[in-house]
Amino acid sequence: MVGLLFLLSLAVFFLFNLLPFDPARLTCGKVCTPQLLEQNRHRLGLDLPPWDQYLAFVRGIFFGRIYAPDQPFPIVCHAPCLGYSFLRHAEVTTLIARALPVTLWLTLGGFIVWITFGVVGGIVAALRRGRWQDRVLMTVALFGYSMPSFFIGLLLIFFVILQLQWLPFPSASAVQAGPFANPVKFFQTMILPWLVIAILNAAFYVRLTRNQVLETFGEDYVRTARAKGLPERTVVVKHALRAGLTPIVTAAGLDIAYLMGGAIITESIFSLPGMGSLSVNAVTNYDLPLITGVVLVAGIFIIAMNLIVDLLYGFLDPRVRIG
Amino acid sequence: MVGRSLREIVWARLRRDRVALICFAILVVMYLLAIVGPYLLNALGYDPYTFDRAAISNSGGQPVLPNGGIEFPKHPLGVEWGTGRDIMAQLLSGLRISLIVSTSATILTVLIGTVVGIVAGYAGGWTDQILGRLMDLVLAFPFLLIVLALSGVMTDRLTAMGVPEGNTSRVLYLILVMSLFGWPYLARIVRGQVLSLREREFVEAAVAMGAGTPRILFGEMLPNLWAPILVYTTLTLPSYIGLEAALSFLGVGVLPPDTTFGAMLANSVSYFQVVPLYLFIPGGMLVLLVVSFNLLGDSLRDALDPKAIH
Repeated sequence: MVGLLFLLSLAVFFLFNLLPFDPARLTCGKVCTPQLLEQNRHRLGLDLPPWDQYLAFVRGIFFGRIYAPDQPFPIVCHAPCLGYSFLRHAEVTTLIARALPVTLWLTLGGFIVWITFGVVGGIVAALRRGRWQDRVLMTVALFGYSMPSFFIGLLLIFFVILQLQWLPFPSASAVQAGPFANPVKFFQTMILPWLVIAILNAAFYVRLTRNQVLETFGEDYVRTARAKGLPERTVVVKHALRAGLTPIVTAAGLDIAYLMGGAIITESIFSLPGMGSLSVNAVTNYDLPLITGVVLVAGIFIIAMNLIVDLLYGFLDPRVRIG
Repeated sequence: MVGRSLREIVWARLRRDRVALICFAILVVMYLLAIVGPYLLNALGYDPYTFDRAAISNSGGQPVLPNGGIEFPKHPLGVEWGTGRDIMAQLLSGLRISLIVSTSATILTVLIGTVVGIVAGYAGGWTDQILGRLMDLVLAFPFLLIVLALSGVMTDRLTAMGVPEGNTSRVLYLILVMSLFGWPYLARIVRGQVLSLREREFVEAAVAMGAGTPRILFGEMLPNLWAPILVYTTLTLPSYIGLEAALSFLGVGVLPPDTTFGAMLANSVSYFQVVPLYLFIPGGMLVLLVVSFNLLGDSLRDALDPKAIH
């Protein structure tokens, strides 16, 4: 875990910082003399050897960092310092902290919708296997996960906002203010993004849940539960579903982690100012410190979520409980 | 009763599956269109690059005729807003780029994934440890984000290495980055399979008869791996088609004057309130392509499943 985090930081840092272009030149301004460029390079800490740059970066995460302390106006980057965006004149941590809540709300709402529809749909399809309910659900699911997310988003905008005018245009500021400042506006903006994420993911979970439930239906303990005369509801929920939950939790954990790193496409379609938009912005502006920071944070989410999922296994499946 | 090989069983099952056959036919047509379509259209006088000033209005650039300027036989699917370029010709050249990127990236992904998976599973020990760590590391990268983040710099680097500038290096970048960050999924599956195959009698027999390692890996094991590899391939291809479209939509795919489904959809955003067909033509094509692949993949998976009742 710690080893993987270390490797990730190393890989991300060198992937983006040893590439053949020069952040010093990009932030140098219109009139760029060789002296200015050299000075700029020193300010950004780019005159150090790569290894020292990496050490400064890691030290910055733990203790904060001061860029070019010998210059008249040193830039202070506070303790968890993931770098300083010289293009935006802001600490990367600050920018991420501003974008993260938006992505968090997006992920949370989307997750609730998709897991509900996915698991319930999957159970229904499994119980009605081979009948029309099953066929309809599986066809919808197939189309759901075959549709590229941006196409679903565009279709929703076209029909719901433009044609039927059921919802106003999305409002970035309402999302940034959070659900408590202006709940109506917040929900009006978030419903469609939640739906996009939910359609995309629910489709996969319907199939997964269906397969899991069908598989556990063949197990002896399900037959035992039925033979005991337990009500069908208890058999399905407590015996069949519970045992099949492990892969669902694994998949959900990873999907949440990926979304927290930025639902890039959904955010860019609905212009939500979250992690995804932040990274697209960073990429289009060649803002290296910001790209490094965003990718690193997204990677940390994935690694952390893997750990959480591993821990959850113990609760869900008594067979993997250790000691 | 005559014993049948797995291949024969799978063929028999697929031949009876009407959905699979239809999808297969659609995909064959798509590939043919991608290969010969642009030449055919050129011969018929359609070209994705030619501006048609007559088809668009001088002020504003909107198509003169309704529904995006549909006009038989000159522009059967309409023209692009602002340039008057033929949508049908654009669609076909987009299909070609989309299939080139997704097919090559899938082949490369499957190649890397299979080789690494076999080696890791069979060698075991510290080779397996190191390769396993490498897979963990690559999987810890947020895929879409990394493809997006590396696009600018890596394309420049490819150009510096002598790849022709512009869309050649952009397409090559897409193929390379998709496969370099996509292989661990398959490698894990293959590794798991190899771990169990390694203990089987026929491998033991091969070892006892003095077969070399390459012969055991690729002569004995690989033929037993093709079912999971095939299933994974049919899942990867449509996902790469979607990924390429998403990247073009975000603006890191091919550049104008070339175009793909994603880029056409990104363009449509400004106009689809007026001309909804701009949204539905490339979008419908994209969904048809991906759905066909997914349905075929499903059928294939069912056909390969030894437990399935038919």
